[in-house]
Amino acid sequence: MYPARFEYYRANTLQEAIHLLQQHSGAKLLAGGHSLIPIMKLRLAQPPVLIDIGRISELSGVMKTDGRLRIGSLTTHAMLAASEAVKKHCPILAEAAGQIADPAVRNKGTIGGNLAHADPGSDLPAVTLALDGVIHITGRDGDRQVNASDFFLDLLTTDLKPEEVLTAVELPALEERTGSCYLKFEHPASGYAVCGAAAIVALGGDESCERAGLCFNGVTATPYRASAVTEALAGQNLEDATIDQAVTEHLSIDDPMGDTYASGPYRVELAKVYSKRALKTARDRARS
Amino acid sequence: MARVFGSSIKRREDPSLITGAGQYTDDLKLPNMAYAAIVRSPHAHARIRSIDTSKATALDGVTAVFTGEDIKKSGTPGVVPVGWLLPDMKIPPHPVLASETVRYVGDAVAVVLAEDRYRAQDAVDLVEVDYDPLAVVTNPAKTVEEGAPQLHAEAANNIAFDWELGDKTKTDEAFPKAAHVLKVNIRNNRLIPQAIEPRAALASYDDSKGQLTVWMTSQNPHIHRLLMSLASLGLPEHKIRVIAPEVGGGFGSKIHHYPDEVIACWCSMQLHRPVKWTATRTEANLTDTHGRDHVTEAEMALDENGRILGLRVKTYANMGAYLSTFGPLVPTYLHGTLLSGEYDIPAIYCNVIGTFTNTTPVDTVRGAGRPEATFIIERLMDLAAEELGLDPVEIRRRNFISPDAFPYQTQVALQYDSGNYGPALDRALEMVNYKNLRAEQERRRGEGGKLLGVGLSTYIEACGLAPSAVVGSLGAQAGQWESGEVRVHPTGTVTVYTGSSAHGQGHHTTFAQIVADRLGIDADNVEVIHGDTDQVPFGWGTYGSRSAAVGGSAIAVSADKVIEKGRQIAAHLLEASEEDVVFEEGKFFVRGAPDKSQTLNDIALQAHLAHNLPPGVEPGLSATSFYDPANFTFPFGTHIAVLEVDPETGEVKLLRYVAVDDVGNVINPMIVDGQIHGGIAHGIAQALWEEAIYDGNGQLLTGELLDYAVPKPHMLVSFELDRTVTPCPHNPLGVKGVGETGTIASPAAVVNAVVDALKSYGIKHLDMPLTPEKIWRAIHQSGRS
Amino acid sequence: MTHISVEVNGKTYERDVDPRLLLVHFLREELELTGTNIGCETSLCGACTIHMDGKTVKSCTQLAVQADGSSITTIEGLSTDGKLHPLQEAFWEKHGLQCGYCTPGMIMAACGLLEDNPDPSEQQIRHGLKGNLCRCTGYHNIVKAVQYAAELMRAGNPEGGK
Repeated sequence: MYPARFEYYRANTLQEAIHLLQQHSGAKLLAGGHSLIPIMKLRLAQPPVLIDIGRISELSGVMKTDGRLRIGSLTTHAMLAASEAVKKHCPILAEAAGQIADPAVRNKGTIGGNLAHADPGSDLPAVTLALDGVIHITGRDGDRQVNASDFFLDLLTTDLKPEEVLTAVELPALEERTGSCYLKFEHPASGYAVCGAAAIVALGGDESCERAGLCFNGVTATPYRASAVTEALAGQNLEDATIDQAVTEHLSIDDPMGDTYASGPYRVELAKVYSKRALKTARDRARS
Repeated sequence: MARVFGSSIKRREDPSLITGAGQYTDDLKLPNMAYAAIVRSPHAHARIRSIDTSKATALDGVTAVFTGEDIKKSGTPGVVPVGWLLPDMKIPPHPVLASETVRYVGDAVAVVLAEDRYRAQDAVDLVEVDYDPLAVVTNPAKTVEEGAPQLHAEAANNIAFDWELGDKTKTDEAFPKAAHVLKVNIRNNRLIPQAIEPRAALASYDDSKGQLTVWMTSQNPHIHRLLMSLASLGLPEHKIRVIAPEVGGGFGSKIHHYPDEVIACWCSMQLHRPVKWTATRTEANLTDTHGRDHVTEAEMALDENGRILGLRVKTYANMGAYLSTFGPLVPTYLHGTLLSGEYDIPAIYCNVIGTFTNTTPVDTVRGAGRPEATFIIERLMDLAAEELGLDPVEIRRRNFISPDAFPYQTQVALQYDSGNYGPALDRALEMVNYKNLRAEQERRRGEGGKLLGVGLSTYIEACGLAPSAVVGSLGAQAGQWESGEVRVHPTGTVTVYTGSSAHGQGHHTTFAQIVADRLGIDADNVEVIHGDTDQVPFGWGTYGSRSAAVGGSAIAVSADKVIEKGRQIAAHLLEASEEDVVFEEGKFFVRGAPDKSQTLNDIALQAHLAHNLPPGVEPGLSATSFYDPANFTFPFGTHIAVLEVDPETGEVKLLRYVAVDDVGNVINPMIVDGQIHGGIAHGIAQALWEEAIYDGNGQLLTGELLDYAVPKPHMLVSFELDRTVTPCPHNPLGVKGVGETGTIASPAAVVNAVVDALKSYGIKHLDMPLTPEKIWRAIHQSGRS
Repeated sequence: MTHISVEVNGKTYERDVDPRLLLVHFLREELELTGTNIGCETSLCGACTIHMDGKTVKSCTQLAVQADGSSITTIEGLSTDGKLHPLQEAFWEKHGLQCGYCTPGMIMAACGLLEDNPDPSEQQIRHGLKGNLCRCTGYHNIVKAVQYAAELMRAGNPEGGK
């Protein structure tokens, strides 16, 4: 309940944050605090220095430019769920953000913190991956961009270096006749995803599947992309049976996580059932 | 005038609680207070080689660090006792700080005192304990097997007691001649009580007076004072004052006498300054006594018509690492005695083996023993219905104790004083529209998709443990009466002092209703005091659904004594004989002459002025009673759960929950319904979500709210309640207990509903909690998915 | 130590605090506003819920230093001019509390819920309060209380309602 001692610095600009990170090795960034503070209270994390970036206004907010959404890393889950731009252009992100934990947590937790912490049960990683998001990172040597597919390296591990700041997530705005759905099997205690299926379906003029995306939270250590399923769906007319068959035949996850609540094989089963349901909802939404 | 008894008046507890003004233990601060933090074993079983406190002691802001050796040196007993003795029970010592061996994760080994909580935790991290880990056992049945690690030298094969109830021979004879025998193996899941307020104690020892005052999260301050004095601290009882301020829920967990509160008191005596200890949630979940954790094998014999012939139950009950205060009571006299349920069963035999394991001590959690018994019998009833091709309703009706059979003597010691089980069942069936539900279920089975399940639990509860002489003969080291004083002030307003000690039940309101009703005065003119050993007469506290039936009755008896004394005075003033003076709606008058009356206010003033009292009558107008009930009370009813199961994932969605309870007369319907709601939620949670799970090393895997699923609002539904009223025949209020009916009835209703939904897969039984994976696996393993 | 200035229930407090001090301890220990309770350490129970700059926040998952410059309302600041807030009124009227420990956080969370949605359905209430645990009521009467408060608030503030 009581965090260990640390030094505290508040960065008012991104540059200040970068500078402070250079000065203090082992420093951790504090944004909304909803990933970091709980583990500090259990003393599972005892960073010597915290750099509070929570007030850097340039890192907060949603911007739409050239068919893409740029979402500042400090944008809270509540802002994502309520943002008209997100609801219009990346509705699956709003849908997932609105299912994170509870309203009070959503008021403080941020998209940047969520992605950087990379908890396998978090709701946003698979959504970001399904949307082919790009992560914007700033460090001493300037800015760099990493595709979501390269960002999540392992359990609680990302491509973000200790002296870098995750500044934004860039997502393509979904086009007309594209439907999406985030469907979550929630852990009854933690509220994390035991299995969260993020499905995106883009229909062509002939109603066939032009492109599909399907990723999962909660099933594997890093968000899992079911490419074989979506490849099988490409060009197909998306009847229920087609979706069921594609998932049944092409979804195989070799290294699922398991715990006392839900074993690996069960999570794989959930991924199958939830992906069928999520794909069908995404299809229906694309059609309407 | 509408009677105040039986009306849903708003709670007087609430204004302070809804504004944040309520004072819980951790809200209290005393000058110069030190904060205690406890060093706990990370091992489930280990010998302590050494404890090095030097680094912790050297930390700035740390006042002291103490170990078990320090307590021994101080000459203080420093142990916590067990409050229920069974024949030949093995009672290993339970020191408040372990100095030789730790026996569960969370066992206390040292205490740090510092100027603030953060510093105290820093110092805890610096205490170096060198452990020599030992082999671990956590399962209550496996712990008795040969080769299992031994926890205590006193208890061979880790057996604390081997207890039996009922007629073994008669029961064994029932089975060979039976047309049907059903058998079920049940693992009743281990629960963590999870009162939202963690336990806490603020101890302040005044050297100059040799007086200890301790504010603590207690359901029963007098029991805590008694055990602090008698067993733990060696201080005289009259030099200890225990106060329970606002208490944030107990659910059985704040009955018991734990090491931590003793440690806080002892530290205050050593440091000569106030000491506060507050558990974190992690600590609470490791050290609050857990509940249930039975491994049971149960068999039922029935004749060809579905009449029960016999019931045989063998249970291994986990006691945890040490015997907690009432741990031995729970699986024995609160469990074996309930096995007859609502049914006329001619032969029952129950054998319970209480065992030690490397887990947190196990004791009462809301329901305590009775949910386990109800689960056994109600599961067997459904299994029997299935076997005989009867509707679950029909098999229950065939076996109900007939309404004209009361008082009914069961084969397991209890004598049910009253009951009429049919009407509650009928009403519940009517509320759910049972016939339609069954038709809907059939329709859905044909369609595929989500499966509908309907589950019944026709339950009985025994609560308000009594009488004292009987519980004493069964091993209680406590009485089970309750005290109640009614003190009428000169102006006619009243203060009530009760030994019952509420922690959410609303005694301030309902006890005022009892007195106001009897004395014919406005409830606003009655104040209720509880929870302070220096203010109220000795009493046994609030647990086991006893407060209204026992505590309330004590107050009612005192109010009646006040009326009798008032009658004497009134007769004197009215110049009439006592027999001719009646008391109605707060007024004494000569029968037939209500115009000339003396109000209770008039009498109260005269009683205190004492200018004109009848000869031999003492001044003052107050009465104290120590009410020892003649018997338990026996609430009963029917609960029905309606839910659907997703056969693809095993997910369960609760659709409806109907409960028809008979808790006798009702003092405040709003509060009674609230108790039932909470109990139902707790029981549904046992059935579907909650479980304390230990791994092979004795680590508690579900020790945080991240893993242990206390239900959230969206996981439950609004409950549909009704009641029948069969007053308790032996207490002056006709009331029965209500606090635990929900947890007793609902686990069986929910599990029966899930198994009912899964009928087409041939699934007979599933152990709680019914997690989606468990259901999914059962479906897959059935070969019919 | 870090200097902070925080407005709590309309009053500004200046304090030097240890950066590791949690906001909930700042409120309870420094300001002696003990209405805000602590029930867990994993941001799940919600007993510590307060309003920070108009939003519901779990004060056990914020450092006091993060609150610098913010405006906070706790349960003690919810009633105005000695008049109970409609939610307080409703929790009392509908028996939405028993032991009362979760109640301050529950009321603050419900307050945020009704600000976002003045006329919530039962399901919206249940989901809106999923960050607040109650062990006593089974949530039955909490739901009723929030529905009743919504009625009171709509009646008292017809402009704000739907």
